[in-house]
Amino acid sequence: MIARRALLAAAAVAVLAGVAPFLPAYPLTLLTQALIVGILAMSLDVLLGYTGLTSLGHAAYFGVGAYAVAIMATEKQAGLIPCLAVGVLLAAATAAIFGLLAIRATGTYFLMITLALGMVIWGLAFRWVSLTKGDNGIAGVPRPSLGPLELSGPLPFFYFCLVATAVAWALMGLLVVSPFGLGLRGIRGSESRMLALGYNVWLHKYTAFVISGLFAGFGGTLWAYYNGFVSPNDVQLVTSVETLLMVALGGSGTLIGPAIGAGVIVFLKNFVSVYTKRWLLILGAVYIGVILYAPTGIVGALRGRRR
Amino acid sequence: MAPAEAVAHAALRLDAVSRAFGGLQAVDAVSLTVRPGERRALIGPNGAGKTTLFNLIAGALPLTSGRISLFGHDVTGTPAHRRAALGLARTFQITNLFPDLTVLENCLLAVQAQTPARFAMLRPVSQYSALRERAQATLASLALEGLGDAVVRNLSHGEQRQLEIALALAGRPRVLLLDEPTAGLSPAESRLMATLLRELHPAITVLMIEHDMDIALELSEMVTVLHYGRVIADGPREQVKADPQVKEIYLGA
Repeated sequence: MIARRALLAAAAVAVLAGVAPFLPAYPLTLLTQALIVGILAMSLDVLLGYTGLTSLGHAAYFGVGAYAVAIMATEKQAGLIPCLAVGVLLAAATAAIFGLLAIRATGTYFLMITLALGMVIWGLAFRWVSLTKGDNGIAGVPRPSLGPLELSGPLPFFYFCLVATAVAWALMGLLVVSPFGLGLRGIRGSESRMLALGYNVWLHKYTAFVISGLFAGFGGTLWAYYNGFVSPNDVQLVTSVETLLMVALGGSGTLIGPAIGAGVIVFLKNFVSVYTKRWLLILGAVYIGVILYAPTGIVGALRGRRR
Repeated sequence: MAPAEAVAHAALRLDAVSRAFGGLQAVDAVSLTVRPGERRALIGPNGAGKTTLFNLIAGALPLTSGRISLFGHDVTGTPAHRRAALGLARTFQITNLFPDLTVLENCLLAVQAQTPARFAMLRPVSQYSALRERAQATLASLALEGLGDAVVRNLSHGEQRQLEIALALAGRPRVLLLDEPTAGLSPAESRLMATLLRELHPAITVLMIEHDMDIALELSEMVTVLHYGRVIADGPREQVKADPQVKEIYLGA
């Protein structure tokens, strides 16, 4: 089953890579955006779908990664690798600190604490003007180059993001089928049984939280390059909520589902908003439809049918 | 395992263990010594505090006062997962499994719990053949072979009760707490369960809560009777069976 999913993913990557050169600029840009946000959605799924922890503050780690890159790339003219490394590590470090506060709680309380901690990061982005330029955001983040490879054009940057997303998917995919990942699914099923079996449930959850934050931060680093601009809007609650919607829409606990959900929402948001200002209404209708007819999400429903 | 140590210490020792819930003294100064390899039944009417006592021994609840030791180690303040690492395993009165996972995955979780593999992240669990073989052997010992790929939610109640025991045994425990292994089983299923329990390795120390008197007395040479949180009788089964107070409050004879 793992081999077949890897094969399917490889085929999807090949199709995307093959189609990309023939796409007009705008859809290509949206596809790039979907890939980046897909990493964020998958990182949330590690917590939500596999561990059973509903985080409502994932924009925080995404934002820390994005701001780290924006600051380093504009003020220090740092290259791609140092920017990525610092962004990802800072996001993981933020998750490591926030996790200490959040993992003690469960259910709604966990959700509220992650929300509050997310707002802390938003507050910092908004108020720490000397570092973040506050409400104005940081503009002019240059597209990076990887050694001799110039990633500034839409197509090379798309390929870069495609590879990055594939790598992130593969790593998280391994994580969720590993013994550690099985432990996470056990925690979602029954914490009391996990404790009785001898698992340090707190440590398992905490580790998952930090790893999830790390990948969310990875998505954020790419976002800074993609947009060329980082502002408190990227860190706000709406971003966290939208990510949660992507996971639910695509199918939590399927990993690839949230990435697909991210794609659906990105395209819906951008295409529908051309025709109507009330795109949220359409999104709401789609969401209600999924809840009613495919409560396990798009991928969940497909897998359920096959079974 | 060092045999000399195991003989020198009781497998499980409780000293005046108490637990109060507000004004209710659920477990009241219970002292108990279980020798290594002993099979002991813990009986008493509903509400006697048996499951609360199990939760105290397993570390799921903190004590109000008293002391618990496992093979001579004081574990009074030790968290539940560390007690499991010291060789303590338990089953639950109300079936407590991983309903969305397969039978094999349930058992793998139990097997890997005591190994460093539980933190391995970069290899699929399916590639750990040693773990899988141990899990399959455990399932076979509880007549669950052939059900490995079934999702636990779809098992019969009897099969779920057998898996309860399998999860506890998979970690190769030295002390096993069985909380009503035959709860909700049909007479035929109970008999199968009794047969499976009789085949437990003789080195495993077993403390069992059981409402089915025939099974409890058949499987245990020692019996402790709990009533309103207190031990009212404790000793070999014949002696406890003959105890007039026990007859009056519990056996109803």
